[in-house]
Amino acid sequence: MYNARTEQRRAWLQASPALIWLGFFFLAPLVLILIYSFQGRADDGTVLWNWSLANYQKLFADGAFWRTLWLSTWIALVVTAITLVVSYPLAFFMATRSPKRRGLLVLAVMIPFWTNFLVRIYAWKVLLGNNGVVNRFLDQFDLGPLQMINNPSAVIMALIYGELPYMILPLYAALERFDWVQLEAARDLGAGRFQTFWHVLLPQTLPGITAGSILVFVPTVGTFAVSDILGGTSVNMVGNTLSLQFGSASNWAYGSAISMIFMLLLLGAILLYFKATREVNDGENPG
Amino acid sequence: MAKILADKRIETKHGRSRPVAKRHMPWGTWALTLNAIFVYTFLYVPIIVLVLFSFNAAKVGAQWQGFTLQWYNELFADARLGDALWTSLKIAGLSTIIATTIGTLAALALEKRGWRGRKAFDTGLYLPVIIPDVVMAVSLLGFFTLAFRQFQALLGLNLAMGLWTVIISHVAFNISFVTVVVGTSLANFDRRLEEAAADLGATPWQTFWKIKFPLIGPGVLGGALLSFTLSLDDFVVTFFTRGPGVNTLTTEVYGRIKKSISPEINAISSLMLLGSTILVLTSLWMQRRRQA
Repeated sequence: MYNARTEQRRAWLQASPALIWLGFFFLAPLVLILIYSFQGRADDGTVLWNWSLANYQKLFADGAFWRTLWLSTWIALVVTAITLVVSYPLAFFMATRSPKRRGLLVLAVMIPFWTNFLVRIYAWKVLLGNNGVVNRFLDQFDLGPLQMINNPSAVIMALIYGELPYMILPLYAALERFDWVQLEAARDLGAGRFQTFWHVLLPQTLPGITAGSILVFVPTVGTFAVSDILGGTSVNMVGNTLSLQFGSASNWAYGSAISMIFMLLLLGAILLYFKATREVNDGENPG
Repeated sequence: MAKILADKRIETKHGRSRPVAKRHMPWGTWALTLNAIFVYTFLYVPIIVLVLFSFNAAKVGAQWQGFTLQWYNELFADARLGDALWTSLKIAGLSTIIATTIGTLAALALEKRGWRGRKAFDTGLYLPVIIPDVVMAVSLLGFFTLAFRQFQALLGLNLAMGLWTVIISHVAFNISFVTVVVGTSLANFDRRLEEAAADLGATPWQTFWKIKFPLIGPGVLGGALLSFTLSLDDFVVTFFTRGPGVNTLTTEVYGRIKKSISPEINAISSLMLLGSTILVLTSLWMQRRRQA
């Protein structure tokens, strides 16, 4: 009834709407900014068709851009590390409760997760802002006001807050599937706590760690809104630079070169990360 | 003896509600509990403060000056916000319908093994998830601008960015998410059911709608729900691909948030929070009902 040929044709037929849509509205735009990145800027701010490497030369000499990229990477690494360190024990805690409690604990993570990200950023402005709750509280004791926003710490705090569920949920999914008898087996065989964790639990939950880290790192490193709202002019991340070039600075060609370098570095980092975690895993379970 | 041991193991397996760790290291349990309390407090304190202050009578500052519904009344009278909400819902609804259809078809294609190009298609589908949305946003802006200029020059067609460019862009970033979610529910689908139906003379069309779709339906619904939320949540892509005069809830609220904190924004935020809570509870309730 199902022969291979019709099956193959049907697969292509089903894949084609996605191929066409993503070809036009995802791939083509990326190819376009690749082309734009080799063009120039006309005086009226439009793209000037003139092939050259000028944007890339300018970019490599642009100290401000590299500082921005470094700040973005650093912030994203800090946010990923902190969310991971906090979420792993939490996911462990959740996965070891009774099924009924587990459901409630997951629900309690889901609600902030589905809440609009602007609300979550704004909540921090209400708390930490110059006119915010903490400063009004300090007023009563004639302390402050403290300047708590418009610095990297505020941006990091709000990002951790916003991204936590993206780390907790994949880790929980990995730990929930874990067969806890293995822990007892390892302990019975004389493994220490740390050994049990390192050789039994960690390798099997590694896919959750990888997924969570990428889900947190990518939006963080490319953020635009959080640094715009809570960082003010003093926290300039890659997202802000990009929107500036495509916005008020209207230098699309230069902005395209920035996008290209940023994307290449990001994809490279993700591939390296995948490879590294896979090697750790292979070392743990040879064959 | 071996049987007793085996029984004991099974019992622990089912009793994993009682953590294995508990017996061995009580201090560890303490640390775990404290960590959990800390995280949940961290997650909820900012939202709770926000909701509380949306009922605060004080116009400026954070002193509590009594309970009021004034800010909610002002919200409901705010026509701009109403329009923005309606625009958001139109964009999210339409882009979800399109993305869910395309994404589900793509997942069905990926389920079939051994067709040429499958692996490349699979990998390519993950790219929109990995590319930062700000890069996608500016590349779409560049694309639409150039395409419209070419249409004008070659065909004399006057096109401009508007609501529809936002919808197209939202579909582009939502397809992959739908495919991933539907894909997981397809992975649990027993393909022998399909073969059995075919052997009994059902057409592929009948097999799909009568057998397969009811079984993967929850996955499709999950994908649609995710797509709807991502669309409502989006700011960056909307901001760069919208035409003049198109204002969604996020672009409208963004402008206001950037300026200052105010009780009206506290009230909008609280309502958005209420909306997402209802969404989560509804999806959970539907899951329960299906299992029951």
